[in-house]
Amino acid sequence: METKKIVSIGFVASLFVAAFISFYASSHPDGLEFVAEQIGFLNTAKDSAVATSPLANYSFAGIENERLSIAVAGLVGVGLTALFGFGLFSMVKKKDSSPRK
Amino acid sequence: MKLPQMHIPDGFINAQISVLALVISAVFVYVALQGAKRQLDEKVAPLAGLSAVFIFAMQMINFPVAAGTSGHLIGGALAAILIGPWAGVLAVTVVLIVQALVFADGGLTAIGLNVLNMSVMATLMAWIIFRLLQRMFPKNRIGFLSATAIAAYLSVPLSAIGFTIEFALGGTAAIELSTVLGAMVGVHAVIGLGEAIITVLTISAVLSVRKDLVFGATNSKISLGK
Repeated sequence: METKKIVSIGFVASLFVAAFISFYASSHPDGLEFVAEQIGFLNTAKDSAVATSPLANYSFAGIENERLSIAVAGLVGVGLTALFGFGLFSMVKKKDSSPRK
Repeated sequence: MKLPQMHIPDGFINAQISVLALVISAVFVYVALQGAKRQLDEKVAPLAGLSAVFIFAMQMINFPVAAGTSGHLIGGALAAILIGPWAGVLAVTVVLIVQALVFADGGLTAIGLNVLNMSVMATLMAWIIFRLLQRMFPKNRIGFLSATAIAAYLSVPLSAIGFTIEFALGGTAAIELSTVLGAMVGVHAVIGLGEAIITVLTISAVLSVRKDLVFGATNSKISLGK
């Protein structure tokens, strides 16, 4: 299978996970937050300077429908990560490589 | 419904240790940039970009673990074995920066701590463990995936120990170190199972279609049965 095809399949799978599967994710606190709550230092957490970001907490502000709100957040996140990730690795790579099939 | 916050927020760790972590992280990211320029084959560069995207998506999927808590992929082991440790450090860093800046997940002043624990420690420790085990295990697919599983598993409690050290040095709450260590390692010893499963399934899928794309499978004489 060509690398391009694998990357395309992986990208579509990532979109699907971020936009659709994410709705079914557990909303329990994650390991760190759980520990912080249990042993009593969760109250030292401060709001992020970007806590009012329209995408804070992986939902899209202004969209009432939860499923849609998470989906939009997921899609935007995948898009931004793709932009930054593919962009970075198009610059940071070996230049003189012998091509692999 | 809200997806849980996943990373270290502002306030847990004081400014001095946060800045120290930022400096250490910056050095590692610089080294990783140089390392990836040596290591990352041009043909595989798109796969490195995809790794960042895939890790972002998978981190949205918190899976339940015991007693009202959840866990999520870190992705350091996955990235290290798939695209190499240095590109791996960069891929996870990209994800953490997007999450902190856009999704308010992980404090802005805590970015160095999060990068240090998850991009640097998880990725590089997973890689070191993977390489050690790869030498000891049978040179076949089972051996390869077993090394992958153990490296991915251990990377999670090791990251939790990283947090514990930072908390010991700069935690803003006065809590007994052994309490933090026990709780963090205890929970993350369970979460690591999820990391191992997701990492093995993903690496196994890529091995099946194109084993030459898997960094951990190149530069080694192992026979992966395909």
